[in-house]
Amino acid sequence: MMTSFGWAEAFFLVSAVRWTILLTFIAFVGGGILGGIIAILRLSKSAAVRRCTATYIQVIQSIPVLMVLFLSYYGLSLAGLELPPLLAASLSLGIYVSAYLAEIWRGAIEAVPFQQWEASASLALTRGQQYRYVIIPQALRISLPPTVGFLVQLVKNTSIVSVVGFVELSRAGQLVNNATFAPFKIFGVVALVYFLICFPLSRLSRYLERVLHVGRAH
Amino acid sequence: MGFEFQFEPIVAEWHLIFDGLMLTVWLSLGAIVLGSALAVVLTAARQLGGQAAKLLVEAYVELMRNTPFVVQLFLIFFGLSGLGVRLSAAEAALLAMTLNLAAYCAEIIRAGVDSIHKSQREAGLSLALTRRQVLQHVVLIPAIAKVWPALSSQFVLMMLASSICSFISAQELSGATAIVEQRTFRSFESYIVATTLYLLLALALKAVLGAVGRVAFPRVSGLARVQTKGEAA
Repeated sequence: MMTSFGWAEAFFLVSAVRWTILLTFIAFVGGGILGGIIAILRLSKSAAVRRCTATYIQVIQSIPVLMVLFLSYYGLSLAGLELPPLLAASLSLGIYVSAYLAEIWRGAIEAVPFQQWEASASLALTRGQQYRYVIIPQALRISLPPTVGFLVQLVKNTSIVSVVGFVELSRAGQLVNNATFAPFKIFGVVALVYFLICFPLSRLSRYLERVLHVGRAH
Repeated sequence: MGFEFQFEPIVAEWHLIFDGLMLTVWLSLGAIVLGSALAVVLTAARQLGGQAAKLLVEAYVELMRNTPFVVQLFLIFFGLSGLGVRLSAAEAALLAMTLNLAAYCAEIIRAGVDSIHKSQREAGLSLALTRRQVLQHVVLIPAIAKVWPALSSQFVLMMLASSICSFISAQELSGATAIVEQRTFRSFESYIVATTLYLLLALALKAVLGAVGRVAFPRVSGLARVQTKGEAA
C-alpha cells in the first residue's frame, strides 16, 4: 500500500520528537550523575582510583556509541533483565554521556586556580566542603558552555537507538519512508526538526562561552 | 545463570570480520583525506570569497553540525537513489562521511585561523605576498598545525561514527558483525569482538595521527596549540 506524505505522516514525525527529547533528558540526567561521580573520582587522591576512572573514560570514548548500545542491550538480556526499550536505550546512552561529561567536568574542575584549593584548605574545610562551597560553584560556570555543546551531540546520537527497535524521530522517518517512498522529503523534514532543536543549543553554547568569558584561548 | 562465553563460532567467521575491519579502515582513511581537502577548500572560500561565499560555507557547516549523521546518511543513500543517482552502500557511506567530516574540520580550522594575529597577515602582505600566498603560508598551514590535536580527535570520532554506516547495509565492521551475529547466534560475544577491534583501531589511529603531526608540524610546541574541543558526529 502506497500512501503519500501528508499531514498525518508529518504529525507522526513531529510527535516522535517527544521520544527524542525524553531520551535525551533521561540519558543526560542519568549520565550526568554518573559522570559527576567519575569526574570527582578521576581527581581522587588515590592513584589506583584515578587510573581506573581514566581507563573507563578512555575506553568509552574510543568505542562507537553503537557498540555501547549493543553491548549493554545484549549484556542486560543475558543478565536476565528485561528492560523496556526506553530504559535500555537511555541506560546505554547514559554510559556514553557519563564518559564525555566526566572528562568535560574534570577539565572544568582543574581549571579552577589551585590557590582556591589552598585557601579553602587553610580555612580548615574538608575535601567535601571544598568541593561543595568553593570548587564546584566556580567549575560549574566554566563547564556550562561545553556541557551545552555536548547536549547537541547527545540529541543527535539519540538517533541511533532506532537499531534496538525504539521509535524516536529518525526511526519514525524510516517508518514513514517505508510507507511513502519519498525519502528526500521525509528525511529533509527529519533533518530540519533535529536542526531546530540543535541549532538553538549550539548558539546558546557559543553565547555562554562569550558572556562567561571562559573557553578557548585567543 | 548458565551463560558461557563461546568465541569459537566467531573465530570461525574471522574472514567476514576481517573484511569489515578493512572496509572501516578504508572508509575512514578515505573520509579523512577527502574531508580534510574539502575543509581546506571551504576555509579558502570563506577567507578569499566574498560575503556570499562566507555565508554559504557557514550555512553548510551549521547544517551538517546540527543534524545527526544517520539522517545525513539516509538523505544521501535513499534520497539520491530517489533522484535516480544509484550509489552502493559503501559509496554513499564514504560520501556522507566526507561531507560530515569536512564541516567539522572547517569549523576547527576556522578556530585556528582566528588565532592567527592580524599583524601576521599584514606582515605577509607588506612582503608583497599575494592574498592567496598569505592565506596558504602565513594563515592556513600554521593554523592547521595549531589545531592538529583537535583535528586528530575529530578524525578518530569519524572512524567511530563509521559504525553507523551499517544502517544502510554497508558491510563495514559493525555491519559485518551483525552478519556474524545472525550466523552464530552469539550476539554478546560478536559485539565484544567488534568493540575490542574498534578500541584497538582508535588507539592505533591516535598513535598514527600523533606521529603525522610530529613529522608534518615539527616546530609547533604543545603549548602553542589552540585548545579546541572535538565533537562527535
